[in-house]
Amino acid sequence: MNDNLGFGSSISRRRFMGLGVGAAAGALIAGCGGGKSAGEAAGGAGGGAQPAATFSGTYDGPDVTLSYWNGFTGGDGPFMKQLVKDFMAEHQNIKIAENTVQWAEYYQRMPAAVTAGKGPDVGAMHLDQLATNAARKVIVPVDDVANAIGLTEEDFTPEVWQAGIYQDARYGIPLDVHSLAMYSLPAPMQKAGISEMPTDGESFTAALDELKASGTANPFWMPTRWPAHLMFLSLLWQNGGEPYSEDGTKATFDSEEGVAALQWMVDVINKGYSPKNVAQDSQYVAFKNGEVPITWDGIWQINDLKSAGVENTLSPVPKIGEMDHVWANSHNFYITRQTTGDDNKLQAAKVFIDWISRKSAEWAGAGMIPARKSVRETAQVQDSPQGPIAAKIDTLKFLPPVPGLGDVQAQTLEIAVANATLLKESPADALKSQASRASKLMEENKKKFG
Amino acid sequence: MSSSTRPTTKEVAAPPLAPDRLEVSTTRRAPSGRRLTSWATPWLFLLPYLVLFGTFVVAPIVYGFWISLHDYDYTLPGKPWVGLRNYTNLFDSDSITAGPFWDGMQATAIFTVFSVPLLLIVPLAVAIVMNQRFRGRNLFRAVYFAPYVLGVAVIGVLWRFLLDRNIGIVNHYMGVVGLPDDIPWLTSVPEAWVALVGVTVWWTLGFNAVIYLAGLQDIPAELYEAAKVDGANAWQRFRNVTLPGLRPVTSFVTMVTIIASVNMFGQSYLMTLGQPGTETRTVIYTITETGLRNFRMGDAAAMSYVLTLFLMVLSLAVFWLFREKKAA
Repeated sequence: MNDNLGFGSSISRRRFMGLGVGAAAGALIAGCGGGKSAGEAAGGAGGGAQPAATFSGTYDGPDVTLSYWNGFTGGDGPFMKQLVKDFMAEHQNIKIAENTVQWAEYYQRMPAAVTAGKGPDVGAMHLDQLATNAARKVIVPVDDVANAIGLTEEDFTPEVWQAGIYQDARYGIPLDVHSLAMYSLPAPMQKAGISEMPTDGESFTAALDELKASGTANPFWMPTRWPAHLMFLSLLWQNGGEPYSEDGTKATFDSEEGVAALQWMVDVINKGYSPKNVAQDSQYVAFKNGEVPITWDGIWQINDLKSAGVENTLSPVPKIGEMDHVWANSHNFYITRQTTGDDNKLQAAKVFIDWISRKSAEWAGAGMIPARKSVRETAQVQDSPQGPIAAKIDTLKFLPPVPGLGDVQAQTLEIAVANATLLKESPADALKSQASRASKLMEENKKKFG
Repeated sequence: MSSSTRPTTKEVAAPPLAPDRLEVSTTRRAPSGRRLTSWATPWLFLLPYLVLFGTFVVAPIVYGFWISLHDYDYTLPGKPWVGLRNYTNLFDSDSITAGPFWDGMQATAIFTVFSVPLLLIVPLAVAIVMNQRFRGRNLFRAVYFAPYVLGVAVIGVLWRFLLDRNIGIVNHYMGVVGLPDDIPWLTSVPEAWVALVGVTVWWTLGFNAVIYLAGLQDIPAELYEAAKVDGANAWQRFRNVTLPGLRPVTSFVTMVTIIASVNMFGQSYLMTLGQPGTETRTVIYTITETGLRNFRMGDAAAMSYVLTLFLMVLSLAVFWLFREKKAA
């Protein structure tokens, strides 16, 4: 059939199957929650909400297999595989079945799989997704693991530590932090006579001018999609703004600070530093091809550039605004509600998290900055390419722990940034309409998650 | 049913009864086991399919409708009943679902309107050429069918890089031959529509062409000979022999192409990300985002039903159109 065009020529079947999430006929009636609101029912029936049994630090029960999910598909993957192998060598009675899913699909699949009882027992997820999954009761609190490992706020930065708390319980054990950074190609920089990497707005613009003068027509391509919204958030924070209100009910990214941030991005295009209409990923591909001397991207691209043989310099994102801030996220370990009711699995999962958290120096090889202070201060990390970023860990900013915020942002803020950088709308108009939509979605989420 | 069809089971089993025999006959009918089997036979034959049909079509349809009446997030234990609110929201411009849904419907309409005629005409031309006798005909047939073998993921990623405004090879070669080399194929409309429709036609025309080709080969050669004898030129033969001969095939191809175009998702998901803004985000794309990424299954189900209604009306119109012509 001609069904490759879309989902299928037999529309009704495919579409409804998709919506029913493979629901068999038997599940027909199962979904009714009566007259309760989602929040009410959630409060009463959350099997995973109870604090888990205290953690002893070791596991000596019968052989157990843990399903472990993560999204380390890039240059970070081999490092995680090695860690898992080492763990199994040390723990004969715990087998880890690793499943790697692209992050983009991960947050869609993981809750569905856990709901069906076929998901991970333990896994890694981004900090900004913890609250969402905690509210959905997909993951369970891990306060006792944090206590047993002896982790406190002092071991991390307050920002990372607190973002893992949702409704007074801790849901994630931070493994690393990773931020946006500035990559540059040494050859064109030298040709333009730039010896120091720019650190503020003025020196950044000066560097772009010098690169232009030395023959690079477009020295800094402004992406319209990923990571454009991360650049926008960084600049917004630098200007002293906040994208969302603290209580998670309102989007504030259309503030004066937000408009100024987006205007700066648009000006990069208008002043000819960037070509127009930069489609997804093309700024990064062009950087790899040596066409663009400077680009901003996640620090985890270090390994991709290394394996592609692209010689580059990594430095912090310059301080364009008044404050030194940059967008960051963090990989956190979690335990799902699947393990509740099986104490062996629960204990084994905690042993795994504890072990891997102590090994986070090895993880630095994956291009990340270990979350633990003690590990961060080792020579192994300080001498790594991301060392200069790790030193500025206090400048990192994280999204607040608001359930459902990640989805809201993808539908609103990212669209506003794309529309403005494609020069379809003025920054103020783009941000205003999407912020009001975001506020509506956030209000609904507040009602839904309570 | 006309009188020439073969007699039904009932006609065979129960010949016309004289009024005075009626009573006797009914009393005799009840205990007969053979009658029960003859009643069950067609159903037994249908059973394997009916089980599949019931499980994978009917049950999901009913379940989907049930979902559309709830504020349905499958990860939450509470799924409050909201009645028709998910539907009325789609027609309330203040709601958060109406905007994206109708934008999606518009995008789908634009894509369908431009892709369907091309997917009906271009493959027909290709099929007519393929139907001629010439050297390398098989190679030619294979070349046109080849893209269809590829999946949407391959097509999407391939063309996303070929058509990139800044680093794509299409713009590069356009520049080499002196054409504008800064066309934003994927980030601006109408260019993005040209790209999406163009890629889809290139990708799927082979399928329609093969169906047309089968249809062409079914047209008896005598008709062409007779037309030639009557002095018809090539155009007249095409107009009066080929086209009428292809009518049933065309009806099928039209229907399938419309449905496939309305269901377009992968190309814009992979090539344009729905850009610029959400202008090339088709309605299926919107439904996917709503239901599977944002866990708003109720809204997504309601959107699906509204789309289905549109598609049913459209299909009926096409059906009617082709029937009318047949009668004329």
